Amino acid sequence: MSKQELDTRAAKSLLAIAEAWYRQMKAGEIPYITLPTRTKQNIAFDDQTEVWKYGERESMRSASTEKSAVHLLKMAYVIGFIRQQLRENRSSTLRELYYITEGWKRAKFETQDESNYLVEDLEILADIPREGFHLRPEEDGAGVFGPLRIRESTRRGERILHCRDDVGESGYQIPNNLETVELLDHSAKFVVAIETGGMYARLIENGFDDDYHAILVHLKGQPARSTRRLLHRLNEQFHLPVVVFTDGDPWSYRIYASVAYGAIKSAHMSELLATPEAKFLGVQPTDIRVYNLPSDQLTEKDVEALKAELTDPRFATDYWKKEISLQLEMHLKSEQQAFAARGLDFVTKEYLPTRLADMGVL
Amino acid sequence: MDNALDACEEAGALPDLFIGIRKISEDVYRITVEDNGPGIVPAQVPFVFGKLLYGSRFHQVRQSRGQQGIGISAAVLYAQLTTGLPTVVISRTDPKEKAHRFELAIHVETNEPHIVSEKEIDWDRTHGTRVEIELKTSLTAKKRLLEYLKYTSVVNPHARLMVDVDGEKLTFERVSADPIACPQAIQPHPHGIELGALKRMAEASPAPLGEFLVNSFSRVGKKAAADIGAAAGLEPGRKVKALSADELKRLHAALQSIEVPAPPAAQCLSPIGEELIRQGLDKEFQLDYVKARTRPPSVYSGHPFVVEAAIGYGGRLPAEDRALILRFANRVPLMYQPGACAITQAVSDVNWKQYGITQQGLPMGPLLVLVHVASTNVPFTSESKDAIAAIPEITKEIDLVLKDLGRELKQFLSRRDRRKAQDDRARAICSIIPEIAAKVSEIVEKPLIDTSPLEGKIMHRVVAKKWTADGNVYLSLRNYTEKEVTLSLYDLSPDEGAGVKPKPAYMDRAGDEYTRVWQVKLAPDEGWDASYRGKGGGRIDLRGVEDTQKVVVDLDV
Repeated sequence: MSKQELDTRAAKSLLAIAEAWYRQMKAGEIPYITLPTRTKQNIAFDDQTEVWKYGERESMRSASTEKSAVHLLKMAYVIGFIRQQLRENRSSTLRELYYITEGWKRAKFETQDESNYLVEDLEILADIPREGFHLRPEEDGAGVFGPLRIRESTRRGERILHCRDDVGESGYQIPNNLETVELLDHSAKFVVAIETGGMYARLIENGFDDDYHAILVHLKGQPARSTRRLLHRLNEQFHLPVVVFTDGDPWSYRIYASVAYGAIKSAHMSELLATPEAKFLGVQPTDIRVYNLPSDQLTEKDVEALKAELTDPRFATDYWKKEISLQLEMHLKSEQQAFAARGLDFVTKEYLPTRLADMGVL
Repeated sequence: MDNALDACEEAGALPDLFIGIRKISEDVYRITVEDNGPGIVPAQVPFVFGKLLYGSRFHQVRQSRGQQGIGISAAVLYAQLTTGLPTVVISRTDPKEKAHRFELAIHVETNEPHIVSEKEIDWDRTHGTRVEIELKTSLTAKKRLLEYLKYTSVVNPHARLMVDVDGEKLTFERVSADPIACPQAIQPHPHGIELGALKRMAEASPAPLGEFLVNSFSRVGKKAAADIGAAAGLEPGRKVKALSADELKRLHAALQSIEVPAPPAAQCLSPIGEELIRQGLDKEFQLDYVKARTRPPSVYSGHPFVVEAAIGYGGRLPAEDRALILRFANRVPLMYQPGACAITQAVSDVNWKQYGITQQGLPMGPLLVLVHVASTNVPFTSESKDAIAAIPEITKEIDLVLKDLGRELKQFLSRRDRRKAQDDRARAICSIIPEIAAKVSEIVEKPLIDTSPLEGKIMHRVVAKKWTADGNVYLSLRNYTEKEVTLSLYDLSPDEGAGVKPKPAYMDRAGDEYTRVWQVKLAPDEGWDASYRGKGGGRIDLRGVEDTQKVVVDLDV
């Protein structure tokens, strides 16, 4: 969907919410909204799209108590504000929105969490991602490096950029609103999503992208929405395989899960953000053993998290059962940069080619 | 203080106490306690204050405060040992007599009073006693001291306490003009007698065993006396004075073993009473709710006792903290060792959650729990008399009274929650929905929705509103009830009210504040509007209709 289309749809959807309230009040009813219950208990795996979405449970919020009424009032104010912003083609951060509400008297937000949460509610109600409201998060997107050409429409006009030849060593910075970016063409065979900045820089320095025709994407820990959206689009538009390369501990497996299946906070957008075809590359517990990687003992929390993953339907495959059980048995974890113990080239010359061949990517 | 309150009670007087604490030097304080009790006859004064364990009331079986303290003569001794100064006692028993002023100390070797000086003086009290003791101490526990006084005042609402803590003056006013009926001493109950006490009684009695038992114990008749004698293997004609130590032991065991009715509790106990506890708590704590309950008297091991309790809620009590638990034994606050006390234990053993109170061991929230145990012999866990022992009979009574009060509290809380929910709804509908309507109408670019039909449909109340727009203040009334109402609308405002219409029935000005009152009669569904030029501010109120039937909203706030 182009930016223009998204803007138009957003404006229309928001107006529809306001119009529903108008009709309700006109008919002598207390205005209300209906939303899926946003808790872990109401997250279900959608077999068709293979992503995690909100389940059947819905809760109605009507303005019949002071708290709910104030919530709807705030929502009305935010809708008014976003429509204004769309008309003027401007944008603001979630933090700015929080400050803008200062002047809204009773509709003023108490905390930033409140404004974030309300915007998420609006995304669900309007069925529009927040980029469509011209609202962006505080954190900047991560980087991408490799044989990929994009067109970004900026305030100063359109820019066509090659994500290796036209950018510096740190790559092209993914903008918060990926809807302003068009993916033009590429000469890649696959995409590697990398958890840490150190490993991302290592692969660039070693020329891995060039040698193996790979697009490298930096996840920066738990990936921001725009990063996940980029992976989704690279996979969907160019049918490129996506592999996820993280540390070898339970928290990193969850980073993989959010790339592949989606996160609870944004389950209403899973279809746009998740890449169900993404495969886990490593570090696998098996690798720790096979390559005799330098490792640390698991902490109590690590063990707890691993055990929780054993019961998590997202990890309910033979592969994960085997790997997690092995890790619990070894009681060890390793970081992805631990490969440096075998020399700085080891990861690009030995480990990745072997592992990618095993996975059938090379 | 305890002695002073007891003395007033015995004389049937309303206590008027003065308690003074004054710093004399770095670590020396002069403590003064003065009462308007019956006074002490001059011949007795040296013994009461100058002889340890003199205890004029030691062996009486009745409820008294004096059981708790260290004893006034011990205080005299403490002063003497720390500062070397004698204690000053002034006492007067009758307006016709002069007051006597003593300076007293104790001969430590012989435990006999040492009269340093004695003279007759003029004194402004017609009767009463004043004691001045100078001792080494500090004011580090001042907070506790003030709490002690406050709590004492709660359970002695018939007393006025004037306090001067080193220049800081406080008065705990009395709220009840009825002096407490003084508890009457009763004979000891055979089940409650201690061996030592039995020995002393026997030594002092010229009577034979049978007569001794009937005359010296409560609830013991001829039949029971014969049974006791038989159980102890003692002839009824034996002189008790001549009984051997071993025989007394057998007699003591026999006294415990026979069945006799419970002792008469009513005359020897003096519970505070539900009404006075309520008044006492109301006076010292501003509460939204307070209920007190006095249980019927009961008995443990031959000792009569009665439990009373009260629960207070809301007001200025801290909303997040643990409940405030006030413990009393014979009207004296227990300040220390709450964890060791049967009262604290009983409070945390109650399942407060079923009464709508959160609980982490102790109940939490803006809650006050008062428990008073009155007995002829309050069982303490130790000599320091800080905590009541967990006697099953007493614990059970505390549990019963707390559950009783808990159920009533729950009713209050659910009524309050319902009312809150209704008010909450009223505010949502009458004040916030109109704002939503205004904003939504603006967004959809359609005419402003009138939300008053919504109000009427849902509220069934009288709705009063005030708002400011374009330099005008608007007031409106709508009667959504099914009855005709006659109302007074009060408008207190900084605006002079130029161009007011309709004209108020009454107008007044006090300083910068103007008061306008309209009398309005409204049929069901009828409305009324007023306006004047102004900037808004101030407030409105509605009279003539019950709180549950009205909604007053200020749209400017």
